Amino acid sequence: MYRITYGLKVHEAFFNQQPNYKNYTMTTPTIEAPTREETTAEPLLFIDSLSITFGDQQVLRNISLKITSGETLVILGESGCGKTVLLKTMIGLIQPTTGDIRFEDTSLASMAERQLAHLRTRYGFVFQGAALFDSATIAENIAFPLREHTQLEEDEIAKIVAELVAEVGLPRAVLRKKPVELSGGMRKRAGLARALALDPQLVLYDEPTTGLDPIMSDVINELILRVHRRPETTNVVVTHDMTTAHKVADRIIMLYPLSRLKQGESQIIFTGTPEELDGSTDPRIRQFIEGQAGQRLNELRKEQHQKDCAPSSETIN
Amino acid sequence: MNSLTTTQSEPTADDVTGWFANRVADVGDMAVTMVAGIGDVTLFSLRTIGWLFARRQRRDVLMPSFYQIGVLSLPVIALTGLFIGMVLAVQSYAQFKALGLQTRLGSVINLSLIRELGPVLAATMLAGRVGSAMAAELGTMRVTEQIDALESMGANPIYYLVVPRFLGCLVLIPALTIMADFMGVLGGYVYSHGILGIDYHHYWSNSRAYIDSFDFFMGIFKSFFFGAAIALVSCHHGFHCDHGAQGVGRAATNAFVHSFVLILVLDLFLGIGLNNVQDYLRPEGPRSLL
Repeated sequence: MYRITYGLKVHEAFFNQQPNYKNYTMTTPTIEAPTREETTAEPLLFIDSLSITFGDQQVLRNISLKITSGETLVILGESGCGKTVLLKTMIGLIQPTTGDIRFEDTSLASMAERQLAHLRTRYGFVFQGAALFDSATIAENIAFPLREHTQLEEDEIAKIVAELVAEVGLPRAVLRKKPVELSGGMRKRAGLARALALDPQLVLYDEPTTGLDPIMSDVINELILRVHRRPETTNVVVTHDMTTAHKVADRIIMLYPLSRLKQGESQIIFTGTPEELDGSTDPRIRQFIEGQAGQRLNELRKEQHQKDCAPSSETIN
Repeated sequence: MNSLTTTQSEPTADDVTGWFANRVADVGDMAVTMVAGIGDVTLFSLRTIGWLFARRQRRDVLMPSFYQIGVLSLPVIALTGLFIGMVLAVQSYAQFKALGLQTRLGSVINLSLIRELGPVLAATMLAGRVGSAMAAELGTMRVTEQIDALESMGANPIYYLVVPRFLGCLVLIPALTIMADFMGVLGGYVYSHGILGIDYHHYWSNSRAYIDSFDFFMGIFKSFFFGAAIALVSCHHGFHCDHGAQGVGRAATNAFVHSFVLILVLDLFLGIGLNNVQDYLRPEGPRSLL
């Protein structure tokens, strides 16, 4: 399933010159890409019986998932099923109500604030709306993690920023611009460049192609594939775009909204390869793949009607 | 229809009990929300103070906050101080003239300004101009996931976003208070001398006789608390902003309203406390204006 040729050097596998910033040096190390046997030995991230509840609304129920090093996992599901919540829980931005998240067998819940902050330097997060800092230029945005976590000189940071911008296909002129001056696709690519600045081990993408035209969506997909080619880099992509899922996924899981499940039913209704997803006969999966509303509109109207007719606790009968 | 009319006009004992139970539950819910809110602000404040000492602030992060809070607030605070000084002269003159004490006008205007109006006005203007803006800015950052982005990169949002604003308010509000005091004193004098014709010498000699350095200290001391309250309340509202434009708007409004209320509450308790200190330091008590 891996698309890379094993044994490639880092700089051949991805950006022509990809420095190892973690060691705060500008050398280009030669690292052998891991074999499949090595990567499947133990999970990079292990989600154990995770449940998330906001107030009285449960969003995720008893989710268990292993993410192995080097794979690209795509999380599919309709809007509101908890995909983004699951993604943010993986990096500790949302705390589990019950259950645990373990990164290389260390529980995120057991970590002190500083430990968690340090661990996050091994993550890259590409937000749905890019989440670039409005008040800073693109150069300052991309340089932020480098200034925060490395001792690199300003000229070295500037060089790395220029390389990252070039690799995501942005012109140098954008470096001086503010995020508001950029188009949606450019902002997404700048967000990806920032996420890659610290050479992360695990890159999380939240709806990376939402709101983009088909060509720009494919550009983003190509960039995800490039990231995938980096040795020991794991991708988790949350999307409802089937084209993205088919193009980038090694493995796909599909989440289903809890409100539509019976008690005891698993919220993950599919796990497998893109080919297995296409061959699935589950009507819920087929409905999603084929993008057909079916009886959904009637069901939504019925749910709304039931809510409207529910007696209010304020009224004295 | 009949049964509906009957149940509406004659609620049973269970219905009435249920209604009261709901009201009691509402009050309980409100109390829990309030206590949780106060606890949340307290923890937020402690974390801010913790980060204030944990790591040194970067100059390039600190300076824009200082500029926004200090330099850009200066004109509006100076203008407000100037006019409030003149208004005090206008309102006090008739009463003092009736008693034949026009020359004491300087002492009452300047004492009011330095002890109370200068610090409270400067803080109120800061809450309106800077507090609301901080809440709206941080609220927008929350809504657009910029705060999540900071955390995801292993940076602490309190350190980056709250501490510079907190320091800006804390360090610069005394300077803004001094400016409000100065402009108020100037406005009061210009109106009293220029329009009301009060003698220069008596105006200032009476002012000097009734105002001492403790009055000045009292105003400045209080301003530190006001500045800290504005920054913490406003940043907390921004950090816990609801989604959407309405959420950001509500955060900005609540930041001002809650800061203003807190300024007045603090002013009362600090005033009582500082008066006791003054009584201790000067047992003979203040000189009577009359």
